[in-house]
Amino acid sequence: MSSKDIAADEFLSGDAAAAEGAIAVGCRFFAGYPITPSSEVAERMARRLPEVGGIFIQMEDELSSIAAILGGSWAGKKSMTATSGPGFSLMMENYGLGIMTETPTVIVNVQRGGPSTGLPTLLGQGEFMQARFGTHGSLEAIALSPESPQECFDFAIRAFNLAERFRTPVILLMDESVGHLFEKVRIPPQRNIEAVSRKLPEEVPYPPFRADEDLVPPMPPLGDGHHIHVTGLTHDDEGRPEMTPKMQEELMGRLVNKIRLYKDEIMDIEEDGIDDADIVVVAYGITARSARRAVTLAREKGIKAGLFRLKTVWPFPTERLRELAEQGKKFVVAEVNTGQALIMVEQATRKDAVFVGKYGGEPHKPFEILNGIEEALHADN
Amino acid sequence: MPIIKADKYPLDPYLRTERLPHVWCPGCGLGIVLNAFLRAMQKLGMDPDKTVVVSGIGCTGRTAGYVKMDSFHTTHGRAIPFALGIKAARPDLNVVVFSGDGDLFSIGGNHIIHAARRNIDITVIAVNNFIYGMTGGQLAPTTPETSITTTSPYGNLESPFNMAGLMAIAGASYVARWTTVHARRLEKGLEKALSKRGFSFVEVMSPCPTAFGRRNKMKGIIDSMMYYQKYAIIKDNPNPLDGVIKPNEKFVIGEFMDAEDEPTFDDKLWELTKRDFLETSQADRAKWILEHRRHLETLATLIAGENIAPQEGEMDE
Repeated sequence: MSSKDIAADEFLSGDAAAAEGAIAVGCRFFAGYPITPSSEVAERMARRLPEVGGIFIQMEDELSSIAAILGGSWAGKKSMTATSGPGFSLMMENYGLGIMTETPTVIVNVQRGGPSTGLPTLLGQGEFMQARFGTHGSLEAIALSPESPQECFDFAIRAFNLAERFRTPVILLMDESVGHLFEKVRIPPQRNIEAVSRKLPEEVPYPPFRADEDLVPPMPPLGDGHHIHVTGLTHDDEGRPEMTPKMQEELMGRLVNKIRLYKDEIMDIEEDGIDDADIVVVAYGITARSARRAVTLAREKGIKAGLFRLKTVWPFPTERLRELAEQGKKFVVAEVNTGQALIMVEQATRKDAVFVGKYGGEPHKPFEILNGIEEALHADN
Repeated sequence: MPIIKADKYPLDPYLRTERLPHVWCPGCGLGIVLNAFLRAMQKLGMDPDKTVVVSGIGCTGRTAGYVKMDSFHTTHGRAIPFALGIKAARPDLNVVVFSGDGDLFSIGGNHIIHAARRNIDITVIAVNNFIYGMTGGQLAPTTPETSITTTSPYGNLESPFNMAGLMAIAGASYVARWTTVHARRLEKGLEKALSKRGFSFVEVMSPCPTAFGRRNKMKGIIDSMMYYQKYAIIKDNPNPLDGVIKPNEKFVIGEFMDAEDEPTFDDKLWELTKRDFLETSQADRAKWILEHRRHLETLATLIAGENIAPQEGEMDE
């Protein structure tokens, strides 16, 4: 469907659109385990991947799903898995292995209500923090949050491009409402889809972790005589375990800086009506759609409100928010959890924000966020 | 003892010699197992450039770091699915999992059963030393009953896995068990396993004097070897159910399974990609639209001015 020469309009769910975006950008390996509300991603991939010469495997659990896509990626395929909260928790250890071994992959997390089994079929946005801090150790994460099926398609493409560009796992942080929402998705002709591929080394053998100036190492393919060694242990650029404070500093420094120093290239924020705004509403995913309506309603009431939408939730736009705070703006944070982006916004702006949270199960109604905007207007800070 | 110096060891081409000496203790059997594996590779003329070794965590898990091939030292228990991902994506490569009993059968137990069931074309070398060695001698799923470990100080109350039997029943194409005393037979068994199409599994009973032996009357470096020699019975085509290992009792070694060649999981995955999908997908699409017609019509009425429901004539094609 996606590999046509002309643009096509499809009526797709967010889940299906994410799968189609992945295929359009060249994903040819998927391993996953059924879980609501992400199963439709796997179902779409099961049907579509063989059609385009790709491999789909339903694994025995999420632990093996992520291990298999790391293997698939090293074997040269653009690889992806899709899951939801409980499965995302199970994937955390090997998400860290992916970070440590610099393995480009995409992990789709269609968030549902949690913790634990929570609300399998209903909305949640509780993995905002987990996407960054869920695995042990320190790291910089890249996570994208689409607000529509169209963005599920577009962001799946971008997620792969960032994964390949930075040689790191990227999280497509969807939510149940966006995943199950059916909307028109414009699928561009294949020639218009920009697909980034990992850097390949020019010489054989090439050490698997010897980085270029941009701190990203070319990735040697298997079977070509590179004799690479890849380990989750702290290692030197040849992949040899070297468990010393010095090597830890060197390796971690590079892993973190290859993202930090290029975060302007990664971050994608929608600012709508921010310039003259007194109140800035920060939201992402499905919540951003309610927030957009709330901002319009506020403007109709004569309140100068604007939308600050995190299309990428990680890296977090701390500097930009601080800049806006220094201009005297006030902040409202809306999300479907007990206050996760809130922590980041308050840390960035160094002031209290009005929090419009929902614990999960349904998206915000615009008036709920509007109430938050009005509360912010009358707040002291 | 005089130190014998040689310019070149016959297996050097397969080893990252700069990484030696290895981390394994005196009396550990892992060197014998690695040696047998590399000799088997050499005999078969296997190209190290086209062979990938995947390990999990533990003493055996460190093997991947010593072989001069593409090698992966993954997370605890996940060597099998990692290897499965590589094999499924690159069926032209030989994929070997080299890991320990705890890694493969405790934390990774579910994966190895499913890999055998799928009959993915990989070879698993499972080194069984009855213990968690790297972490200092804790109870393993293979520890014989009544054995003393740091987490079973009053003797093991559990029954160990019959790993070879489990693999044969789960669907492996080839299953063998040898010990480090039976080095020649082990080498032959590995040759067979490596050349077998489908999931092949070789359990190697291997001594750990440091963490198991010294608490279980096999303190000396050769005590475990003596135990293997004394208690192992080599059988032709033994019943997989007879693979149980009990303390101070005879145990069976040999080839528990050598099945006829069948299409492997990776064969089937790639065969599927070669099917002609165009015709079937168009038919499926038409069928889907028919099935969802009522919803599409409702939707069309909701979206003013946009009639996206298929017309009567369109569906008959």
